[in-house]
Amino acid sequence: MTRLIYFAWVRERIGKGEEDIALPASVVTARDLIDHLKTLGEEYETALQFPEAIRVAVNMEHVDHDEPIAGAREIGLFPPMTGG
Amino acid sequence: MTAVTIAPTVRVQRDDFDLQREIDLISKGKPGIGAVVTFTGLCRDEGGRLEALELEHYPGMAEAEIERIGAQAIARFSLCGLTAIHRYGRIAPGENIVLVIAAASHRQAAFDGASFVMDYLKTAAPFWKKEHGADGKAGDWVSAKDADDAALRKWTR
Repeated sequence: MTRLIYFAWVRERIGKGEEDIALPASVVTARDLIDHLKTLGEEYETALQFPEAIRVAVNMEHVDHDEPIAGAREIGLFPPMTGG
Repeated sequence: MTAVTIAPTVRVQRDDFDLQREIDLISKGKPGIGAVVTFTGLCRDEGGRLEALELEHYPGMAEAEIERIGAQAIARFSLCGLTAIHRYGRIAPGENIVLVIAAASHRQAAFDGASFVMDYLKTAAPFWKKEHGADGKAGDWVSAKDADDAALRKWTR
């Protein structure tokens, strides 16, 4: 099981802050993960309809969409950051 | 003399911070410091439209990212000290959001260090702002600005 954590409008649109899911073997990269999540329901499809606007962190470190996510304990998905 | 690795002081907290106290802490016992630059980011009211900002963050990662950026700034500009404090939760216009203090032997390194940390913090530290309007309605999430990405490019020349 992999823990997924959502923030800001990604969290609001999916309707939960976190969940544990079993990822199929076909999910290799961060982009694969986004594509997979979009098949889980309308709320995921809405939240992730513009993948280029989604940032991904594996074990609390930023990754690009083409990077592998194998062995991740925790994956964060969120919009571009607006702190400061 | 052995080189001492200086670690940034990073805090992510709900409470406000005390600027003078943080300046005292960073400069205490370091007579080699000749320049301290502080940057304070405040919540603005957007011309009366905004009642408050709600700041959300990724606990753990927020601290880790700011520490990473702070350590880079210390190494790149040979800083004597670096403090970064970022608040979360509901923040009203006029209240503090973020504090960055860079201490160095000379002013240019301190200016550059503070500016560098703010530029990277805005685009890499996992914080998000939601607007609450003066009309009592929860508004939109603040969008990331292209200008913030452009600001990063001056550090990669």
